[in-house]
Amino acid sequence: MTRLVELMPFIVLLPLLAGPVCALLPGRRLPWLLAVAATAGAFIIAATTLAGVMDGTTLRYAFGNWPPPIGIEYRVDAANALVALLITGVATILLPWAAPTVDAEVPERQGVFYALFLIAMAGLLGITLTGDVFNVFVFLEISSLATYGLIAHGRDRRALLAAFRYLIMGTVGATFLLIGIAFLYILTGSLNMVDLAERLPGVSDSRALQVALGFIVVGLAIKLALFPLHHWLPNAYTYAPTLITAFLAATATKVALYVMLRVVFDVFGPAYSFAALPLASALMVLAIAGMFAGSWLAILQENLKRMLAYSSVAQVGYMVLGVSLVSVAGLGAAFLHLFNHGLMKAALFASVGIVAYQAGSVRIQDLQGIGRQMPWTLTAFALAGLSLIGVPPTAGFISKWVLISAALDAGQAWLVVLILITSLMALVYIARVVETAWLRPRPADAPAVNEAAWWLLGPVWLLVAANFYFGLDTRLTLGGATAAAEALAGGALGVGR
Amino acid sequence: MTEWLHPALLLALGALPLGVLQGRGRQAWQLVLPLLVLASVASLESGTRVTMQLAGLELTPLRADGLSLVFAYIFALILFIGNIFALQVEDNAQHVAAALYAAAALGATLAGDLVTLYVFWEIMVVASVWLIWRRQQRSAYQAGYRYLIVHALGGMLLFAGVIAYYLHTGSLAFEPLAGGGPAFYLILAAFLINAAAPPLHAWLPDAYPEATVTGTVFLSAFTTKTAVYVLARGFPGTEFLVWLGVGMTLYGVTYAFLVNDIRRLLAYHIISQVGYMVAGVGIGTTLAISGTAAHAFTHILYKALLLMGAGAVLHMTGRSKLTELGGLYRYMPVTFLLYMVGGLSISAFPLFSGFVSKTIIIEAAAEDGRGVIFLLMMLAGVGTFLSTTLKLPWFTFFGRDAGLKPAEAPMNMRVAMGLAALMCFVIGVMPQLLYTILPYAVDYNAYTASHLIKEGQLLLFTGIAFFLLLKHLGGKDKISLDFDWFYRDLGRRWVGSARDLVSTANADIRREFMTGFRRLEAAACRLRVSGWPMRSWPTGSMALWTALVLALLLTFGLSR
Repeated sequence: MTRLVELMPFIVLLPLLAGPVCALLPGRRLPWLLAVAATAGAFIIAATTLAGVMDGTTLRYAFGNWPPPIGIEYRVDAANALVALLITGVATILLPWAAPTVDAEVPERQGVFYALFLIAMAGLLGITLTGDVFNVFVFLEISSLATYGLIAHGRDRRALLAAFRYLIMGTVGATFLLIGIAFLYILTGSLNMVDLAERLPGVSDSRALQVALGFIVVGLAIKLALFPLHHWLPNAYTYAPTLITAFLAATATKVALYVMLRVVFDVFGPAYSFAALPLASALMVLAIAGMFAGSWLAILQENLKRMLAYSSVAQVGYMVLGVSLVSVAGLGAAFLHLFNHGLMKAALFASVGIVAYQAGSVRIQDLQGIGRQMPWTLTAFALAGLSLIGVPPTAGFISKWVLISAALDAGQAWLVVLILITSLMALVYIARVVETAWLRPRPADAPAVNEAAWWLLGPVWLLVAANFYFGLDTRLTLGGATAAAEALAGGALGVGR
Repeated sequence: MTEWLHPALLLALGALPLGVLQGRGRQAWQLVLPLLVLASVASLESGTRVTMQLAGLELTPLRADGLSLVFAYIFALILFIGNIFALQVEDNAQHVAAALYAAAALGATLAGDLVTLYVFWEIMVVASVWLIWRRQQRSAYQAGYRYLIVHALGGMLLFAGVIAYYLHTGSLAFEPLAGGGPAFYLILAAFLINAAAPPLHAWLPDAYPEATVTGTVFLSAFTTKTAVYVLARGFPGTEFLVWLGVGMTLYGVTYAFLVNDIRRLLAYHIISQVGYMVAGVGIGTTLAISGTAAHAFTHILYKALLLMGAGAVLHMTGRSKLTELGGLYRYMPVTFLLYMVGGLSISAFPLFSGFVSKTIIIEAAAEDGRGVIFLLMMLAGVGTFLSTTLKLPWFTFFGRDAGLKPAEAPMNMRVAMGLAALMCFVIGVMPQLLYTILPYAVDYNAYTASHLIKEGQLLLFTGIAFFLLLKHLGGKDKISLDFDWFYRDLGRRWVGSARDLVSTANADIRREFMTGFRRLEAAACRLRVSGWPMRSWPTGSMALWTALVLALLLTFGLSR
């Protein structure tokens, strides 16, 4: 176990150190190789770490041997190990896949591109693993700045504007977070999460503490793309390079959700958070609004990437809905969907990436009849779409099942109706693509398109297979999510409500 | 050895080669595969159960007992006959869809728990819709979509019902569901959608006539009959079903009388015949359940035969409206004769299969002391005879000559129809063959003097009435409104106007907001001389939303 503790910080350090080296490497293959090696290494460590904390233990590592309240400490339990596994896992599958698409979209200075990618990933992992709220802010800025740079690499000139808008919104969010953290520091004199959790009850009647919670929650809600603070997301996902879209869609919003849960449930404690501010009702209203607005807008989109981006807004709604039930079951559902949605969105965006790479367009009307020319890619899309809709035996089905059970457990049967309606809406926008691609004839003047090579298809099908595998074998996902929910709130909420 | 080899799995795997095989190889495999499945079903012993653990749930993917085996036999059998009928079709997608559809129906029939049932239920929908779409006509495509939407709704209801049932009882076993609380009604509604019970029936006469010639044969066999099976399994003795079933028999017959398309006419008769079975489930005595199973068995055969006949006419002439057909007897005598065997079967003519099965249900109603039900069922029988056996063949094969000179249907079609007709006849003559595989031993003799006289009188006088009123009975080329109008037309209008309303309101609010915001922005721009291209950015609106959310959260939080 001691060896695991020593190893655990390298989940962050590997990509963080590899990043600058990557920027210095010449050519195309070398930076890519280093990035692959670093992510794969981080993935292996993350997997062993998760295996070590599934039983409820907590790993703690104090940097520079400074004791925790003063120094920075990494604390890993099942909740953040699961998120770290998702981030590194998705990156490990996507990176080998993305090399040709990156060649096409970022012809020059790939060293810098991969360096930014590694740093963005290191930032996300840092947010996930750290046990220090100020450190969260620092890593959030690291990953955000790198992400702005990555989005700006998109081929479309509108990518610059999208990156700029994300920068504005991201900065607003980060500033809110910083203001909240500053309030906490003023009130308690501490930045360590465990330490804060011990000291906060002493100042729980302070108005400043309520304001701090408000700022932190809203700041993170921006990064999380919670409706109606989601406006940065569609443009950023639409115009970013393919690799970045797939990676961000699978991970970035999930990390923000994780931090929000960590702060609300672990630092402030659910007893305080949900009494001090009307969080449960606010989150529920925004989640439901997001589920409907996101699905509705997704139905209206003409651009496939944009459609999936709006669908992400809706899916974030499901996760937040689970949180707003304020029960261990609901929290488990949120974590489960966090993981599963990462898998399905990675698969969807990756298959769309192949379409963009081969056909040069992701406008739905340009894809008429393309299913016959790229059957493997479009089949992967349709299967991943089934997971998004929630058809058994896919991971999405397990997510919906657990979320519905949690809603019924909490006595909120009417939510089931809303969940089913939005699932039907998902069916509509996925079916629209499938219908266009398979049932319409290819226009005579459309350019000929070839099926992608196997090294592009392989990872996508791996992700699709993962969607089905985790729909059948739920030991890792459901077990991990339950352990995560209990690690976060088991003591405070008890089982069920 | 065969215990682990689930017939549905065998069939689903066997369906895959159909996607690539061509020519003779495909045809041979199409014939061999159903026989393999039939053998695999026959090797199942009554009482076999296979259970497995999945994600903490105890599932029973295979449960063979008297009730499920009857349906499994006939499903495998009809796949064989239907495949013969479809041999000449050079469209692999249809063959794969038909086989997968049959596999899902088999799986649903043999499922011993609700989760397995749900999974196969959904596969059935997805596989079957291709049989409609592969007609490759615009109307078929739209009808297929409507079919898909209705069944997606049914699937959702079933899904919600299964969850509710599990939470209520803690069990997933598929047994009579009476103690299920609200789940009882959710699952019942889902089953009734598939059984095409009015007012949830409109998908059936909407979609079946649009399906491919060969696809309709499969469609008529599996979906509604799987629904009958699950109703018999889950809801035996539910009083409400008796009246619903009788209502269906009359409803189907009435509408069948009004329509002009021969396949739509037969589709309405599916509703009518399924009505007998639903009523049998509702009566719920052992005799009634056996009668239901027997009637499902014979119905699948003779309905397939009738639809094959109508399909052969459509295949050879390209027409399916009564008003456009006529006088085909001279050109398609074999088709006509075989069709008539089906017609006599569905009308419960003695010596044909309907007689030995339908009368069981009617007898069960009488034995149960339900006089009104008994009479209404007899009445529906009159309508069936009138439109299926007299009107349709009269106007298709005799009547006014429409000037068509089609050739006789292809050999394989005739063989398939002949096989089905032979079985209708054999069952009608030797009903004990059928009675031995029924779920409960029946001590029932169809050929008593009273049955014969009753049916004989009924058919005789119906026949006389038909020829007396012939002038007024012809098909009319018009549209009979049914419940599907609500979602075909009203629904579209409603959704359309709601969409317009929302989008205008949204545009108005947005414009107001943006005008105000632009004014503010313009003021800010005038202050700063440098002209940043801020004009078209809603970045400001994003920031405004952020501030709004924070302000609301804090206002409500701090004012408590």
